[in-house]
Amino acid sequence: MTVTEERPVTEVGSPRRRKEDGRLVTGRTRWTDNISLPGMLHLAMVRSPMAHATITSIDVEAAKSSPGVVAVFTGADLGDEQGSLPCAWPITADQKAPPHPSIAVDTVNFAGEIVACIVARSAVAAKDAVELVDLEYDELPVVVEMAAAAEGGNLTHPDLGTNVSATWVFDSAEAGTGGNVEDAIRDAEVLVERTFRQQRLIPAFMEPRSVVCDPTGEQTTLWSATQIPHILKLMLALTCGISESKLRVIAPDVGGGFGGKLQVTPEEVITLVVSRRLGKPCKYTETRSESLLAGHHGRDQIQTLTLSATRDGIVTGLKVDLLADMGAYLGLVTPGVPILGAFMYNAIYKFPAYRFECRNIFTNKNWTDAYRGAGRPEATFAIERLMDELAVEIGVDPLEIRERNWIKHEEFPFSTVAGLEYDTGNYEAATARAKELFGYDALRAEQRERRESGDPVQLGIGVSTFTEMCGLAPSRVLGALSYGAGGWEHASIRMLPSGKVEVITGSSGHGQGHETAWSQIVADRLGVAFDDVEVLHGDTQISARGLDTYGSRSLTVGGMAVVAAADKVIEKARPIAAHLLEANADDLEFTGGKFNVRGTDSSIGIGDLALAVFAAHNMPDGVEPSLDAEATFDPENFSFPHGTHLCAVEVDTETGETKIRSYVCVDDIGKVVNPLIVEGQVHGGLVQGIAQALWEEAVYDDSGTLVTGSFVDYLVPSAADLPHFTTDRTESPSSTNALGVKGVGEAGTIASTPAVVNAVVDALRHLGVRDIEMPCSPHRVWSALQHLDGDGSSSGADTPTEKTYVADDADPSHNAQLSGEDAGRAAADHGGLG
Amino acid sequence: MTETPHDITLTLNGTPRRLSVPARRLLSDAIRHDARLTGTHVGCEHGVCGACTVLVDGQPMRSCLMFAVSADGAEITTTEGCTTATGGLGPVQQAFRDCHALQCGFCTPGFITTITAFLETNPDPTEDEAREAIGGNLCRCTGYQNIVAAVLRAAQIQREQSQLQGEQGQPA
Repeated sequence: MTVTEERPVTEVGSPRRRKEDGRLVTGRTRWTDNISLPGMLHLAMVRSPMAHATITSIDVEAAKSSPGVVAVFTGADLGDEQGSLPCAWPITADQKAPPHPSIAVDTVNFAGEIVACIVARSAVAAKDAVELVDLEYDELPVVVEMAAAAEGGNLTHPDLGTNVSATWVFDSAEAGTGGNVEDAIRDAEVLVERTFRQQRLIPAFMEPRSVVCDPTGEQTTLWSATQIPHILKLMLALTCGISESKLRVIAPDVGGGFGGKLQVTPEEVITLVVSRRLGKPCKYTETRSESLLAGHHGRDQIQTLTLSATRDGIVTGLKVDLLADMGAYLGLVTPGVPILGAFMYNAIYKFPAYRFECRNIFTNKNWTDAYRGAGRPEATFAIERLMDELAVEIGVDPLEIRERNWIKHEEFPFSTVAGLEYDTGNYEAATARAKELFGYDALRAEQRERRESGDPVQLGIGVSTFTEMCGLAPSRVLGALSYGAGGWEHASIRMLPSGKVEVITGSSGHGQGHETAWSQIVADRLGVAFDDVEVLHGDTQISARGLDTYGSRSLTVGGMAVVAAADKVIEKARPIAAHLLEANADDLEFTGGKFNVRGTDSSIGIGDLALAVFAAHNMPDGVEPSLDAEATFDPENFSFPHGTHLCAVEVDTETGETKIRSYVCVDDIGKVVNPLIVEGQVHGGLVQGIAQALWEEAVYDDSGTLVTGSFVDYLVPSAADLPHFTTDRTESPSSTNALGVKGVGEAGTIASTPAVVNAVVDALRHLGVRDIEMPCSPHRVWSALQHLDGDGSSSGADTPTEKTYVADDADPSHNAQLSGEDAGRAAADHGGLG
Repeated sequence: MTETPHDITLTLNGTPRRLSVPARRLLSDAIRHDARLTGTHVGCEHGVCGACTVLVDGQPMRSCLMFAVSADGAEITTTEGCTTATGGLGPVQQAFRDCHALQCGFCTPGFITTITAFLETNPDPTEDEAREAIGGNLCRCTGYQNIVAAVLRAAQIQREQSQLQGEQGQPA
């Protein structure tokens, strides 16, 4: 086999400046909205202001006669051609799903749903005519709160007869991976029961979604600001009844996604169908308000949690009851998002018993789907908040409670209570390094001083020791979870006669730096220059096979496909090299881009072989004149990055204002291909998680209207809101892939939210505050301090319930107990918990 | 409704451009669609995200909040114009690449113009001043830390260049 690892200088591990940047900083980019085609028409969408209504009439005559308007289409006009938008993840055999037309036909089910499409000669003319479409509605009861929806009452989709789409259960006793959680709860010496709310978030990628469709060629070509050109091609073909071979999908430069562009959108289907109807190229680019209103949302769960433990703080069981708000429809992977979290609630710990039950609920709101982390941030938040609460009950430091429960480094590989096998990890090392960088003991001392002096600005320290499952995913696992596709990735390598190399990847980067990182991998593997490698992606005509970019899968799965293809190139080159060197193939070793005959100075480079194969004048018998190779890699297991994040937050008790004073994270993401890119991923991830903790929330009013429909109201943080992060890494390479990599795209987002909220609560706990609902805005923090009451459940606006039980002979002094009845009343007082 | 076109002249990255635009045409749309300079991006159309920031007579302006007709006669600089005289990466662009201050790159042109103007007024900023200077632009990818670093790096590149020019007796 090849031994490129022996080269003294390796590209992998080096902080290469990105290949992508030159064109991005000078404006030589090709975003979908930049595309202009001859005769191109422009689309604008008419959207329902009603969250739930029957459409009684649509009058499009005035819009049709508006200057520049070419056509107006309603749902009825598109008929069967628009199909029903796909959901690829039926989590149960009896999952309920409503039909999902791209343009609503009879009823609208959330505010922002498309009810008509204007086609005009300019974007402005199309937008002008939107106002002229006259719609009449009969209002239907609006279902907004998922907790209420779960219990019955008004129905989002009366035809389904229920608001519950599906109920999904994992029980370690049934799965044979652990004990019975009810036994653990019955026998518990300490019980911690909490309800946490994961507020609704909006991915808020910077580039609004845009789609251009050109139907004028033999193939229809569709450009879209999407994360998933390959999946989109297949799904559009199936949805609209078009031959897959007649469709080409291109994701040109794409301005961020974070899961928000992991979708088959109504706008894509409409642009495709309308352009084919009219035989003209068409473009649709959304406004930011449309993006916030109708691009899919994320999170939106209510987590009811019961943690049982011994008096020493050893966890004996965890029970999770989850409500997940689907919104009005099931998007591409909507139902599976909470299921991705199901395997992560036990996190880095050795829990002997675990039960997870999730009910997916329909409401009259925009549908939810993947958002950075997808299920795993929710799970991590829940368990990391609970571990802090347990530490308080037991009376030990939050890092101590974690250490008592976590998997020790010598215990890997470790089979978890959720049925996963963690291959490697070292939680002790990451935690020790983080404590050192953070100055943990000094900050604790300062916290004590501020408490004792009654400083109006209190200091809190938050801990989050997370893990996640990355590298979605082993296809057999996805099959077992009823997902509609596999989790492999594809790559091919073309060896050009001049010695240059083209790498085609099925991953579809949109900011992650694949062009740079893949070049580094191939440069090492084939012994060619970094600059001689060109990475091509995002066009189904160039990259014919692929499953695209999401779930921190690109490097662990897509990068491994590149490695496998490169290794095939070497093996194809070997007999040709042997022939040209007049040596035995077994006597050749491949190092530094050359085949050497062992013990001689006879060698030939891979570039010379590429030229020799191009000429093909002197090939060994029976060997094809090509070095090109392709490979499909299907991972055997997930990878499991982990890390320890420590956050210090100052909380002004007079104003409720929070300020992150310092943030330290030490992540173990295995081997690193490009430390510059890794650090960027961590920074950006941290901020999205911090934003959930402190600022961001998609808010609907009682009538189902989104009230955070602009960047004035939906608070994406700016530089001025954020601290300088201290980041470092420990390294325990993944054993499940040859690169030893684990994935880093979601780590920061998953880890940081509980670190921040734990810090805010820690700052105020001595004043009686035990939880604050996210986002911990100044108003919520201030309210929590004003509304301290006897039971200690002080959490601002919509109070999550909590209760804690410690067996009689334990110390109950700091233990606020809340009966089940009280908890129910608290929930009712706040109109449910959604 | 037919809209009366207005003839305007802009100096776009040093090149005079005559455009005929309706009164309501936004400067961002005029730059992108009429002048076909697509390096300027529209992220929110309501003046919050800053992706569309261009320099109007040297001042950073949200081109999505400005009518093209009100820029008649102005000198406009976009990210395409923030290169060196020979078309290489300008100091801020180079600093963004050096510091990995961009990921998807969609917000980047607005940062580059904003920082270019900022360094004119403060050629030697502190880290806090650098962070404050970019506080009006949104980026969803980077977490800003590397952009702050890029502001400082760009200032350093500019100082090095003017020192070099001084030594060579060229005008700065």
